[in-house]
Amino acid sequence: MFRRLPEATGAPIPFTFDGREMVGRRGDTVAAALLAAGISVCRTMAVSGAPRGPYCMMGVCFDCLVTIDGAANRQGCLVLLVEGMRIKTQAGAPQAQAEEGAT
Amino acid sequence: MSDVRLETDIAVIGGGLVGAAIAYGLAREGRAVRVLDEGDVALRASRANFALVWVQSKGLGMPEYAAWTRASAAAWPALAAALREDTGIDVGLSQPGGFTLALSEAEMQRRMEMTRLLHNQPDMVKYDYEILDHAQTSKRLPAIGRDVVGSIYCPLDGHVNSLRLFRCLHQAIKRYGVGYHPNCAVETITPIAQGFALEGSFGELRAGKLVLAAGLDNARLAPMVDLEAPVVPSKGQIIVTEKVAPFLTYPMHTLRQTDEGGVMIGDSQEDHGFDTAVTTAVISVMAQRAVRMFPLLAKLNVVRTWSALRVMSPDGFPIYAQSRIHPGAFLATCHSGVTLAANHALTLAPAIARGGLPRGTSSFTSERFHVPTLA
Amino acid sequence: MKTIAAIEAFADRYDLAIVGAGPAGLAAASLAVAHGVDVVVLDENASPGGQIYRAVTSTPMTRREILGEDYWRGVELVQEFSGSASSYAPSTTVWNVARGLDGDSLGRDFEIGVSLRGKARLLRAKEVILATGAQERPFPIPGWTLPGVMTAGAAQIALKSSGLVPDGHLVLAGTGPLLYLVAAQLIEAGASIRALLDTTPRANWMSALTATPGFLASPYLAKGLALLRMVHRRLDVVGGITALRAEGQKRLNRVAFERAGRRTELDCDLLLLHQGIVPSINLSNAIGCAHDWDDVQLAFRPQVDAWFASTVQGVAIAGDSAGIAGGESAAARGRIAALGAAFRLERIGAGQRDRDAAPLRAELALLARGRRFLDVFHRPAKAFRVPSDDATLVCRCEEVSAKTIRETVMLGACGPNQMKAFTRCGMGPCQGRLCGLTVTEMITDARAVSPAEVGYYRLRPPVKPVTLAEIAALPQTADAEKAVAR
Repeated sequence: MFRRLPEATGAPIPFTFDGREMVGRRGDTVAAALLAAGISVCRTMAVSGAPRGPYCMMGVCFDCLVTIDGAANRQGCLVLLVEGMRIKTQAGAPQAQAEEGAT
Repeated sequence: MSDVRLETDIAVIGGGLVGAAIAYGLAREGRAVRVLDEGDVALRASRANFALVWVQSKGLGMPEYAAWTRASAAAWPALAAALREDTGIDVGLSQPGGFTLALSEAEMQRRMEMTRLLHNQPDMVKYDYEILDHAQTSKRLPAIGRDVVGSIYCPLDGHVNSLRLFRCLHQAIKRYGVGYHPNCAVETITPIAQGFALEGSFGELRAGKLVLAAGLDNARLAPMVDLEAPVVPSKGQIIVTEKVAPFLTYPMHTLRQTDEGGVMIGDSQEDHGFDTAVTTAVISVMAQRAVRMFPLLAKLNVVRTWSALRVMSPDGFPIYAQSRIHPGAFLATCHSGVTLAANHALTLAPAIARGGLPRGTSSFTSERFHVPTLA
Repeated sequence: MKTIAAIEAFADRYDLAIVGAGPAGLAAASLAVAHGVDVVVLDENASPGGQIYRAVTSTPMTRREILGEDYWRGVELVQEFSGSASSYAPSTTVWNVARGLDGDSLGRDFEIGVSLRGKARLLRAKEVILATGAQERPFPIPGWTLPGVMTAGAAQIALKSSGLVPDGHLVLAGTGPLLYLVAAQLIEAGASIRALLDTTPRANWMSALTATPGFLASPYLAKGLALLRMVHRRLDVVGGITALRAEGQKRLNRVAFERAGRRTELDCDLLLLHQGIVPSINLSNAIGCAHDWDDVQLAFRPQVDAWFASTVQGVAIAGDSAGIAGGESAAARGRIAALGAAFRLERIGAGQRDRDAAPLRAELALLARGRRFLDVFHRPAKAFRVPSDDATLVCRCEEVSAKTIRETVMLGACGPNQMKAFTRCGMGPCQGRLCGLTVTEMITDARAVSPAEVGYYRLRPPVKPVTLAEIAALPQTADAEKAVAR
């Protein structure tokens, strides 16, 4: 859906998406890195199960919600990609999960 | 509706949960009903209630209220079924029993003492409840945190989807031909020969009977028909989280998961007049208590908060009354529009249609505020 | 500029908190600091510039002609800000701004709820300038929620911040100057655009020309014409579009449109929609500032005075969040708002304030010339604001359809708030940003009243999601404890 221009030569930043290894560039948000990697669906809706992907890229629409390093409902378009991030498709409503040692 | 003269059997003032439930019950009795309501921006406790169908803890100081509440909870399945039949909407009634969680020994003692006093009242309706310690509570609610010292469980408690109920009641009254008139605030009520004349910027409506279900505005309207509704606002704040996969089937007194997945966290009680600002300090206490009760909530995003005004009478109990001087003028006001919806639709409304109040409600008139009660 | 990278690094209190680091926020901060005001700029993005100058100092784009000189103008603003003594908190979410109540510990200060790297904190400020900018107007057509449908602004952001250009079958659709600007930028960047489907109603030409003869003297004219010529020369522009659908099962694969009663389909991997931008008013609404309906721009905008002060004392609103006027105007409006704040903070006198504002006002007047032409000419068609197709989703978050909205109006929901309670429309995480105007206009249409009478959602904090744990860790009071643990 998107390709990177040759002048975009920022440092490569490896991450995983649903376990698959991918590489973004310094300066990418999570949503941009996913689009560059050919990912157009990043979550499904809690109401209907319909697939969604990034829509506004500026923090307004909340359609790029993903799970990042175990934290659900992160806005992919506002979070800067960091090396080693484990990003996951958010399928429907996420599970509420206790922090370790809390119970 | 503007500058027109309308007539109807019964006018209900107020289109919130109380007014809509009564209008629904009246319409089911075959009465011609019109509901006059305020506009989009109004106080509207019905848009901010906690959606519990709650029995435990109700009625300390007035056992009739405990019985009335219990009866409504028992009648709720019939209301849900009637609404489903009339609208096709499932309002999500679930009555698995409910818990009040205590986060300290002092809280637990206070709750237990209140429960003991409640059930020791003469003429108190009998129903089961259990007092549970942490271990017993955690058997039924595995997700509780270690700060929960115990709980009170009552098998009669439950909850509904109250916003869906709100919409469903409106859909149901429309189906029965009830005229619903938003943006029609009533300015004056004048008793006339054959009933009442209601006036406002909308024009005039003449009704044989009248039900005041206008929440806090009842305080202003009631004296116009020689009734009394000394109700005042009591502010309550609510937190709503994003949707999560179902993890909690039971409602708690101050925390529940809706059938849509969001978690609602309540509820503060403050006296700040008509102010409805959400305040961070209160929201923070509510959030902290919620996370102590269920640590798995910690990472959930809050997507909304809300604050609205309960309709509080001097003793906190409902007022149901018919005007002695102007018979046919009824008053209904309470702060439990969800719990009592079944009674309002299935018991109160039919009685009003017949011209009186239901049996067992004589203690609810406002006259109680003038009679010194025996200790 | 002092960059704040951790929540602990904030001071407890500032003279002036500015929300947003776009042109209005940056210009306001630089000027206020120069007058000795202690300023913090709070911004959601990782680098300054807002959307118009997004990533202007960090973009990988090196060929200046792709983004155009108007974009690079932002460098100067950012550099001025970087050289200032302002505090700057990037990647920071402002989720609440609340005025202190008389008699409580805040006095007349504002309490500002911020969140940074998963931790929340309450800051205090004497004055607040909201420079929250604009967002693209909702474009509710059938299929607009399919993956593969994005906004034109989104593609521009991907280009500016990551050097990404659309690949495969690309279609642009809608109206507005930004649509043509993005088309031109994407062409320059080497994207291949199948078509630009222009939904501008044909009648707009006439109404715009008759309403605004002043456009001939406008600085926008030459620029706009050059852009139009370039786009028309380089790609297939199809005008007079009256209906538009995005189609596909799990993702977009086709766009269908109607023109002069004829339906056409195009295979399509990426559809970029745009029909103008509207003020971002969630925060000003939640604070309680009064808003008016702007019948030309078809949006609510906050009421502001000559110093861009809102109806809530101490809150000024600058830039496009006070009504759309463009990036250059935003900077000038930010500076005027900063002069107003510096005056109220007693850093400058009325004389200096007025003198310094005079050239800025002259600049604004010049920039305003022809603006009305753009507004009238690009006024989006009703068919694309009030969806007639029943299945079209109005609320993307809660997936509420146009049919449900219309049925609920018939039920007596006379405004957006009752609508919200009845349908959950607007209750999701976007908090009405992508449905609010549509709902107002749909109710307006069904009830045949004015949008001003219908009104907008009454919004509450948090205006952006924040976790329960973050809120739970905030300072509490004995009164608050008493109100809850009874």
